[in-house]
Amino acid sequence: MARINADVRLCQGYANCVAAADDYFDIDDDGRVVLLHSDVPETDYSRVAQAAHSCPVSVLSVER
Amino acid sequence: MSSSTAGVVIVGASVAGVRTAQALRREGFDGRVVLLSDEAVMPYDKPPLSKGFLAGAAGPDQIALLTEVEADELGVEVRLNSRARRLHLAEHLVELDTGEHVAYHRLVVATGASARESTWPVSGVHVVRTMSDAQRLRADLERGGHLVVIGAGFVGSEVAATARMMGLQVTLVDPNTAPMTRIAGNQLGARFIRLHQDHGVDTRFGTSVLDVSRKYGRLHIDLSDGAALTADTCVVGIGAVPNDAWLASSGVRIDNGVLCDEYCRAIGNPDVYAVGDVARWHNPRRGLLTRHEHWTNAHEQANTVAHNIIHAQNLIAFAPIEYVWSDQYDWKIRIAGQIGVGTCDIVEVIGDEATERFAVLSSCDGASLSGIVAVNWPRALIAGRKALAHNMSYTDLRQAIEQLLSAMPTPVAMEGAK
Repeated sequence: MARINADVRLCQGYANCVAAADDYFDIDDDGRVVLLHSDVPETDYSRVAQAAHSCPVSVLSVER
Repeated sequence: MSSSTAGVVIVGASVAGVRTAQALRREGFDGRVVLLSDEAVMPYDKPPLSKGFLAGAAGPDQIALLTEVEADELGVEVRLNSRARRLHLAEHLVELDTGEHVAYHRLVVATGASARESTWPVSGVHVVRTMSDAQRLRADLERGGHLVVIGAGFVGSEVAATARMMGLQVTLVDPNTAPMTRIAGNQLGARFIRLHQDHGVDTRFGTSVLDVSRKYGRLHIDLSDGAALTADTCVVGIGAVPNDAWLASSGVRIDNGVLCDEYCRAIGNPDVYAVGDVARWHNPRRGLLTRHEHWTNAHEQANTVAHNIIHAQNLIAFAPIEYVWSDQYDWKIRIAGQIGVGTCDIVEVIGDEATERFAVLSSCDGASLSGIVAVNWPRALIAGRKALAHNMSYTDLRQAIEQLLSAMPTPVAMEGAK
């Protein structure tokens, strides 16, 4: 099972991750990313890794 | 030639090129991947060059796109100082400046765009496109004084904001009526002008520059309204031009970028793909040849190109919802879809423009949604991007955002976003 890591302090609220995978990512009222799940089953890996890579400030990573 | 020996060669190492390499590996491509860069440093990210990097808040390590360690782990061969000068389509070879030839099975053109040069080749006049551009500009800004920014697009507006925050005196000049009109439309123009004015920028809109000269150690800028400015430093941000000239005699069709089909393959040459600022592709969402110069587009197009290289029998057309952003002062400006384009001139502001959190919705016909600008309001941005993705109606999104507004405790004035 892969796992999402987030360095929330760097988040600038671009919301690319939410646009790519809103079942894993949300953004709160302060504009910081919220992880809805941290564990990523293999069937979701490609989609969630792509969402993590879409972050312009590299807040997110998915460790396999 | 088999893919295992020649593999994929990506020409250009900005976000489009790097993300293509990363996506190829993520999607399981196990052939060779070569990334050619014409720069001397490992790939870096460009948006910070007019913001945090220019201000000195972020250094080269913080804006790295792909480190040597990451490239090794991915199995991507990064070749620095390797500028492509010619393409030999029939032989499947890229010719470098050095005369060396690099063989490919599939080629990805990711050569990006260059800042349009000013017509005033005077020392102290800068453009901002590469890390070394930003380092040179930063050195001049650190000396303080008066900065004149010519062109109030995204780069010019951001440089003006950054320089003000560094304490310089700043004048912003543009022949258009307001900042960022090409992307953000005209409707927010007055508010964007006031944003700069509130931070002490001298704004000169509807005014063009006739001449820039250097006399007695200072820059002299003559404006079309008869005004004459003197400055210590000048930045010209008047757009970018695609780096496609190296393909001119190759047989690949170029016209303001590499002409591509909806799968991002060069028209007539399906072994050649283009991605990012240099790609002008048949955009099925707009029914037009489209070229975008924005980070999110480069990233998304890279994913599509990687998929299409691997899955030639299951091609995906590239039909993105446009998304761009700009960070200026304490404003986070986010724009999705199209705003005020052509006849799409139905525009409404939700929230109070006087506060620093509001959204602007745009429609062509009052029924369908064409775009949203969200300022310091991430929940409205998310609602708008989802609405655009799911073809939600203009009125439904307006209602959803009005609900978001009423759910907020009070209009949030002057919230420190940074």
